[in-house]
Amino acid sequence: MKSLGILMGCAIAALAASNDTFLIRNADVYPVTGAEMKGVSVLIQDGKIADIGVKLVAPKGMRVVDAKGLRVYPGMIDSGTELGLSEISSVRETVDTGELGEFMPQLRALVAVNPESEHFGVVRVNGITSVMTFPSSGGRGGGGGRFGGGEQQLISGQAALIHTDGWTWEEMAVERSAAMHLLFPIIAGRGGRGGGAIPDSVLELIPGAAGGSYTQARRTYEQQIVKLNDFFDQARQYQKERAVHAPGFKTNLKLEAMIPVLEGKVPMAVSASRASAIHDAIAFADKQNIKIVILQPRELEKAAAELKAKNIPVILGRVLALPETEDDPYDQAFTLPAEAYKAGVKFAFGTFNNEFVRNLPYQAATAVAFGLPYDEALKAVTINPAQIWGVGDRLGSVEKGKWADLVIATGDPLEIQTEIKHLYIKGKEVGLTNKQTRLYEKYMGRE
Amino acid sequence: MTKVWLAVLIALAPLGAETTVIRNATIMTVSKGTLKGSIVVKDGKISEVAEKVMDPAGAKIIDAGGQYVIPGIIDCHSHIAGDGNINEGSVSVSSMVNIKDIINPEDIAIFRALAGGVTTANILHGSANSIGGQTLVLKMRWGKDAQGMIFEGAMPGIKFALGENPKRAGNPQGGRGATETPQARYPATRMGIEDTIREAFDEAKTYKAEWDAYDAKAARGEHLIPPRKDLKLEALKEVLEGKRYVHAHCYRADEILMLLRVADDYGFKIRTLQHVLEGYKVAKEIAAHGAGASTFSDWWSYKVEAFDAIPYNAAIMQKYGVVVSMNSDDAELMRHLNTEAGKAMKYGGVSETEALAMVTLNPAKQLGIDKRVGSIEAGKDADLAIFDKYPLSDYAKVQKVLIDGNVYFDRDQDVSGRAAKQAEKQKLLDKEKQSQPRQQPPRRPGA
Repeated sequence: MKSLGILMGCAIAALAASNDTFLIRNADVYPVTGAEMKGVSVLIQDGKIADIGVKLVAPKGMRVVDAKGLRVYPGMIDSGTELGLSEISSVRETVDTGELGEFMPQLRALVAVNPESEHFGVVRVNGITSVMTFPSSGGRGGGGGRFGGGEQQLISGQAALIHTDGWTWEEMAVERSAAMHLLFPIIAGRGGRGGGAIPDSVLELIPGAAGGSYTQARRTYEQQIVKLNDFFDQARQYQKERAVHAPGFKTNLKLEAMIPVLEGKVPMAVSASRASAIHDAIAFADKQNIKIVILQPRELEKAAAELKAKNIPVILGRVLALPETEDDPYDQAFTLPAEAYKAGVKFAFGTFNNEFVRNLPYQAATAVAFGLPYDEALKAVTINPAQIWGVGDRLGSVEKGKWADLVIATGDPLEIQTEIKHLYIKGKEVGLTNKQTRLYEKYMGRE
Repeated sequence: MTKVWLAVLIALAPLGAETTVIRNATIMTVSKGTLKGSIVVKDGKISEVAEKVMDPAGAKIIDAGGQYVIPGIIDCHSHIAGDGNINEGSVSVSSMVNIKDIINPEDIAIFRALAGGVTTANILHGSANSIGGQTLVLKMRWGKDAQGMIFEGAMPGIKFALGENPKRAGNPQGGRGATETPQARYPATRMGIEDTIREAFDEAKTYKAEWDAYDAKAARGEHLIPPRKDLKLEALKEVLEGKRYVHAHCYRADEILMLLRVADDYGFKIRTLQHVLEGYKVAKEIAAHGAGASTFSDWWSYKVEAFDAIPYNAAIMQKYGVVVSMNSDDAELMRHLNTEAGKAMKYGGVSETEALAMVTLNPAKQLGIDKRVGSIEAGKDADLAIFDKYPLSDYAKVQKVLIDGNVYFDRDQDVSGRAAKQAEKQKLLDKEKQSQPRQQPPRRPGA
């Protein structure tokens, strides 16, 4: 009687959880972290990968997905987006990135994520199951901070790692505060083709141009460096006073938000593109004893050795990008991932523009065309970002015990012609229709 | 610095035409299927395409074993090689200005496009005006002067623009209240854009009638004072006479339909609708008018009028019988239009040949140059792009590009020549430093 009760209990549990409990059969599994397994089954229970093997049998009544001739991969992760925070990039009312204020660590991207954003459905079609979403798109002159106080921002807030589906932002959250975003100060100017400050000697020749001089830009940069150090000193002081319950201690939300960074629990994601900025950022991290991840580096040649030595990972920006200056090789951005790999720097890919998130896999493929080993490209959109953002135990590969964030594809997911047939987030199948497929069907049927 | 580079590159640029044989290639002719074989090039033209050919004596041999040859890519919408601003935004009818007057043959974007397999591009005026400036077609003959780049005999064009851009130009408030600002420029709405185009063609019709009457009388031997030449109306007269193509920037279905009807009323044709992101909604009407459509594969959401953009646009329009091409409008995207064609196969199931035609033969048809370029056939210009892998994939990269039978880009040479170029640049930089002793910049403060 007792055992019958247990059995019934199991049956009820299985029924209740049937949404995220099922078996994928006859699949070629590409775990990313190990060798491919042909013609195996994957058992998913309660949203997690319970087992992978040849002889798995579905318990009676369990849903079975036959994947004959298809491949199973982990869902892909884009490490640099504004997904959920920006809908139409040119319309202020639909954009929630780039808040006012220089030091805003208390801001959380997560709470501004709109689960109904049309972008989520669009990116899922190409196999993207989670993204880092940033409070500003990162990198001056890189399209970020178009609105509000973006240009002056130093710490823009907390970036969240989210799933690309969910009823609420709370349910979408994988890691509420996966990184604190710092836009590292640079000597910024109005222009020149390299985007840097115009030298004084040239500027003197332009009437009324004095405001954007190199000297001015340098002064601003120096002031920002001082402010940044001051802010960290304040945060540390606050941390001490808080720990000892100092008399008169008052909560300060800005400084409170910095504590996980100071404790090394949350990395700082630092936008730093040029070698000098990367070098400065590393020195800063050393001095402050914090963990950092570099976002969108463009000059790796000089910085790679230091990054490798200090074990600092990087998030490479768009592969399909123009060279920095006229004299640079035409394929500079195409070969950057191969360069990072050869130098032994750990990296993941980010697209840093909502419009291009769905092309994340194709950017990785371009890197392969220009010298990056295929396996490394695949890792850079799966296991590497999972590890970099501290969720390597849950995401990024097809392994027992991990969340069933999976795609079933007709072939190599980095290849344009491949079609994603099924997509699962925490074992729950998410449909591959979206605003665009709906319009397609509607207008294909026009009379 | 650029100048010096240019001198070097010009020195390396091909001199005279000769006979070349491309051997052992997979040849995707676009017009006559795909075959494994050879292409014979004589005096800049394709003289033979066959599985087996006789090597003419003294022919230069390009062994393309394992590689793919496609017709040189044609970009129907580009703004590269424009020296400075390409928008004459002061008036909403700027048909008197010509992009031909500002061609900069030293723009590095030309070389980069070439390195992406592009051999011909339609260089357009910007989109700030309902009726913009005159346009022209260039071949990417890197190293030649501006005159040497012009596609001989190609029909000249004119840019029109509808929707947000011409509404916004000169109207800081984006329409509403714009009349109260001193800079306000009519039109500020889609209604005003229709009126602006109609007013211009009303004027042009009257102008044409005056000239036609004069020409008729002059032909009969009468001696009269000719009507006053009006450069603005001269270009529109050519449109009415079918001597100048209209390339119209547009997004929304309503404005597309509006323009087609205006053109019907005034008795001229819209040669191409550019961007035409909602073309799929009025594909039937576009086909009936006979306009071509030149679109993006998957750009969307960067403004309101791009929010209903779908990657199936090309496929739907094609299904209705519209000649469709994929363009770039962007110096970066221009470098991988082959993959944009690949996306037409992915989204909407366009066949391989039809997809490839969207970046070769179809844009050639749209520009009226399909007798010269766009497919690999005997008698056509030897404008060819050689890829190392299947070219509709992101794993492929361009190895060589020929224009008029001359090799204008060779990846191996480009890569192997980099060290020498870098050394030469360094030498020049050192020399510059010696001749201009400069003060040491102040030390960067410790980060």
